[in-house]
Amino acid sequence: MTRANRLPYAHLWVAILAFGTAAAMALMQALSRASLDLPYRSAKMYYLSVTAHGVLMALVFTTFFIMGFGYVVIQGALRQEVKGAGVAWAGFWTALVGAGLAVWAILSGKATVLYTFYPPLKAHPAFYIGLTLVVVGSWLWCVVMIANYLAWKRAHRGDAVPLAMHGMLATVIVWLIATMGVAAEMLFLLIPWSLGLTQTIDPVLARMLFWFFGHPLVYFWLLPAYVVWYTILPKVAGGRLFSDPLARLVFVLFIILSTPVGFHHQAMDPGVPAAWKLLHTFLTLWILYPSFVTAFTVTASLEVAGRMKGATGLLDWLRKLPWGEPLFAAVALSMLLFAVGGFGGAINASFGMNALVHNTAWIQGHFHLTVGTASALTFMGLAYHLVPRLAGRELELGLLAKVQPYLWFLGMLLFSISNHATGLMGMPRRVFEAEYGGAAAAQAWSGMTGLSAIGGMVLFTSAAFFLLVMIGTALAGKRCETAPLEWAEPLHPVGRAGLLDRFGLWTVVAIVLVAIAYAVPLWTHVRMARFGSPGFSPF
Amino acid sequence: MNVPLYERIWMWAAGGIVVSFISMVFVGALGSALRPPSHVETVDPKQVFTDARFATRGVTVSPTGATVIAVGMMFAFDPREIRVPAGRPVTFRITSPDVTHGFEIVGTNANTMVIPGYVSQFTTTFARPGEYLIVCNEYCGLGHHQMYAKLIVEEAAP
Repeated sequence: MTRANRLPYAHLWVAILAFGTAAAMALMQALSRASLDLPYRSAKMYYLSVTAHGVLMALVFTTFFIMGFGYVVIQGALRQEVKGAGVAWAGFWTALVGAGLAVWAILSGKATVLYTFYPPLKAHPAFYIGLTLVVVGSWLWCVVMIANYLAWKRAHRGDAVPLAMHGMLATVIVWLIATMGVAAEMLFLLIPWSLGLTQTIDPVLARMLFWFFGHPLVYFWLLPAYVVWYTILPKVAGGRLFSDPLARLVFVLFIILSTPVGFHHQAMDPGVPAAWKLLHTFLTLWILYPSFVTAFTVTASLEVAGRMKGATGLLDWLRKLPWGEPLFAAVALSMLLFAVGGFGGAINASFGMNALVHNTAWIQGHFHLTVGTASALTFMGLAYHLVPRLAGRELELGLLAKVQPYLWFLGMLLFSISNHATGLMGMPRRVFEAEYGGAAAAQAWSGMTGLSAIGGMVLFTSAAFFLLVMIGTALAGKRCETAPLEWAEPLHPVGRAGLLDRFGLWTVVAIVLVAIAYAVPLWTHVRMARFGSPGFSPF
Repeated sequence: MNVPLYERIWMWAAGGIVVSFISMVFVGALGSALRPPSHVETVDPKQVFTDARFATRGVTVSPTGATVIAVGMMFAFDPREIRVPAGRPVTFRITSPDVTHGFEIVGTNANTMVIPGYVSQFTTTFARPGEYLIVCNEYCGLGHHQMYAKLIVEEAAP
């Protein structure tokens, strides 16, 4: 492996191993949900594994994968060596040590607070410090990404930055704004409190800061997936990107709209006035818009691919697409499920309607379609392309790689449909068992929870296939000269840098909108007479 | 920006969908008072059981409706059984002396977070008499799944 490839390769492997561990935790939950009499089945193990699954999937797998992909984009799309590799490695090790600390705290049973870590549930300080270090590591990645963009810009005055980098810069900006919330929560509230420096904590303030971060977090996961959909998928399909400027418009809209929306996660909270929840609801619903545009542009790009291969008629182009190609299958299926997940998201965000689904199984049904498929399945598809190229080896166990996206799709359908259904029937999410003393309402859920468990097992099989392919490729793949990653050409040539490439301007617009959405409610909140809570560790 | 005709139509349609979603929320909020519980009132979580507002838990029925004072704690609701009349507005007032809980009446849209230091309050009317399950829907510790209560909606006296 070349020296330059080591940086992204190391990041991808941390992500893959975190994914594997988290998938094993998920299998345990699926079996637990099926009420099988397993020797290790206990409430303690269940809630511990929910915490580990959430933290490893949502924070470790995604963050490391996205960081690694960012370096691939610098090398492949900007066609330059990663400048500031020392800083990049420092970011890697900081985040890795942090993830290690947090995982140690979780696996030793000292941090069963779930990945949302709402106080006054109180974890071991290592959990909070570890997660903070993951964020600090990702900030160093942001610095490297921005520095490389500026270096590229100096060398290419007036040119529009390659689209892949445009999308990754949007990711960086969303992430930098979003993490201000969680950094404030960690540094001013959680860490001093967990160390005993402060006695009490305000849970609603902590929730406000968490969801300031928690919703844009989902676009941090999603935007790199969109980069794959726009800049790699059309090429793999054998076509062209339908519209480059509209893709840039989409990324800019995400920079603006990602953050001022967090209160829709707190729709059922006391202590947050309804008028502010309503404003956040309106802003949230606009985030659907760039995804609608994406659905058209990417689908049109695939139609272009089919027609370039000679398809005629209305839908014939669909048959011309490379459904046996792992990246193509993974991304196409993840887009299909994301369409469903997007509409579910509109329901979740819809103010009073949220009462029907808030904290029910519907929610896990929802986000396994979005982050669990749109992002995760896209990343798996991307890994089939990146890992062999970075390692300089051929993809091993190719048949498993072909089957894996379809298994994920099937497993996710079973899991997600059943959880949406039980959620609407009122079943709460994240419960060890849903017996409730044999209540009639609870008995109505049991058939569907079995279906969800079967879905979970199919998903685990799919995850295991993915891991086998990855490990097989890294250890036993035939060494070869690999072709460089290819990027999709747009249908029409890209012009000079324009309004949509002015990242500074859009960042300012985003910050103004965040201030409108958050300054007054946060200020009013901290000025109100409040009572702190001491910590509790009931685990 | 040169956008092809079909995509332009799609973009206008997508904008229309978003506007229709927003209008639905607006009509629901104003017309049918379909609003999330957003009461702002604080209470000292360490003094919940001596605070005059929560010292006595239970139901007070009046000719115009009922008020339920309840506490959610690790891992039970107090009271464990709540009886309210059907067809009349019932106001729930709930808080927590320890961690954050949820209060969800299964099969209805009564759903609120119960956060220590704050009073959750909402008013709802139960049309159908019968027995309902109340569950905690926010993880609150290893006994989370054992935290539930019963709501009995009784045919109101004429």
